[in-house]
Amino acid sequence: MSTVSWITARGLFGRRRFLMLLPLPLLLVALAAISHGMGVPPSDWGPPVLIGLGLAVVLPVVALIVGTGVLGAEIDDGTVVHVLTTPLPRWQIVLPKLAVAAGVTAITVAVPLYAAGLLADSPRLGLALALAASAGAVAYSALFVAVSLLTRRPVLLGLVYVLIWEGLLGNVVTGTRVLSIQHYVIALADRIAPTNLLDTTVSAPLAVVMTVLVSVGFTLLAIDRLRSFSVAGETS
Amino acid sequence: MTTISSAAPTAATTSTLDLSGVSRWYGNVVAVNNVSMSLGPGVTGLLGPNGAGKTTLLHMMAGFLAPSRGTVTLDGGPTWRNPEVYRRLGLVSEREAVHSFLTAYEFVLATAKLHKLPDPHAAARRAVALVELEGAQDRRIGTYSKGMRQRARVAAALVHDPQVLLLDEPFNGMDPRQRLHMMELLHSLGDAGHTILFSSHILEEVEQVSGTVQVMVAGRLAASGDFRTIRRLMTNRPHVFAIRSTDDRALAVALMAEPSVTGVELGRDGLTVRAGDYGAFTRVLPKVALAHGVRVRQLVPEDESLESVFSYLVEA
Repeated sequence: MSTVSWITARGLFGRRRFLMLLPLPLLLVALAAISHGMGVPPSDWGPPVLIGLGLAVVLPVVALIVGTGVLGAEIDDGTVVHVLTTPLPRWQIVLPKLAVAAGVTAITVAVPLYAAGLLADSPRLGLALALAASAGAVAYSALFVAVSLLTRRPVLLGLVYVLIWEGLLGNVVTGTRVLSIQHYVIALADRIAPTNLLDTTVSAPLAVVMTVLVSVGFTLLAIDRLRSFSVAGETS
Repeated sequence: MTTISSAAPTAATTSTLDLSGVSRWYGNVVAVNNVSMSLGPGVTGLLGPNGAGKTTLLHMMAGFLAPSRGTVTLDGGPTWRNPEVYRRLGLVSEREAVHSFLTAYEFVLATAKLHKLPDPHAAARRAVALVELEGAQDRRIGTYSKGMRQRARVAAALVHDPQVLLLDEPFNGMDPRQRLHMMELLHSLGDAGHTILFSSHILEEVEQVSGTVQVMVAGRLAASGDFRTIRRLMTNRPHVFAIRSTDDRALAVALMAEPSVTGVELGRDGLTVRAGDYGAFTRVLPKVALAHGVRVRQLVPEDESLESVFSYLVEA
């Protein structure tokens, strides 16, 4: 583990807001288990729990908390200056932080999604959801790490993307789904384990290409922004 | 206390930090206005009142802010968007930001590893010893006092033995002993050939640490050079004090006999005293009060705001 990853992970797990990660995945598993236990048909509870909660809320919100935590929180409290006053090329700072963010998000979301997919249909659907969510974790993390460097209010901007763009416009204006990580994840999962429980309008090849583009594009943007990082607001 | 002079590393080579016509503005507000200076080995104080642009200037020197106009270079290379400068440059920023979940040793060691030093443990031990933090090095930084946190940050900034060290208000929050130690450390680093620049808004701090000062007022470089010359200009100006005591009239009479006092005005809210010699007056006041059985309840230097001191300096 690189020193940057080590400091990032310690900082992430040492902050209280990390505890905010736990309720949502637990809720996902609990709802799936209760629905399954009460004999509700998966066609009834599958879409709202797997997509409505799992992929539309748990994945982006966990990614938002972690993604803005690995760099945004350090920018917020000023500790980022310590890492930046070293001769490390900026990509060697961004990539380890991104890896920690994506890894923590993937683990936190993939496990409950696997369990929910297993209860809803089969181990294959569970695995498909876990794999697709992991890919989504990378894309979301790249997006939110970059957003941390673009604005002093990364959580707010991230919530606007998740709630307004993906949550609202994604359901009303179907064209926006082409620019929605949530729909890439649904398309990827549906491609790995085709099922009626997952409804998608984005093709799998497009989802793959866009996931890669989003991940790489926002990572490059984050590296470039970090090169031009300015300490703001202090003019004394 | 350890002897710093023997512990401070000698700079293998010297570095020069050059600023040429540097300005920085935020919208319509000009924070730094056409500043040029060249900093070589030794300790230089960057002096100025709050809001003078010291921090903005330091951030530009440290590569954390792009100049709106002009250039900032370290040994010919730009500091902005150039991480390579941090092999030769260390920064202790004013903002008290430290990874509170790490111990001081972990923090300094992590910095040594980020610099990819050949023996990070040895470098971390040396840097921690340099700031006298060995006794508390295994405690979490979150449990430290403000002064100790500051020392941990200085250790991290020194771990790679930079030729240039920039410190923004380094004495903030330090107790007198820590302050003295930090002053000795800066002295010894300067003597060893390092280029040290520290900012402060306190004249006495600068006086004790550096012989050379750069004085900033309202974003401009108001004075530059030997501190004693500048200090003389500062001390020779008249000082005004507001005093409240148990017997203002008796104190006024007694003070008029003192050569350091050039005028006394008795008002309803107390005395207004004009002193020609700041040091002599502040030394003699307690003696005079004691001799006449008067208790001084309040002593406020009325024009002691640095803004007024520096304004006087600029006019001079």
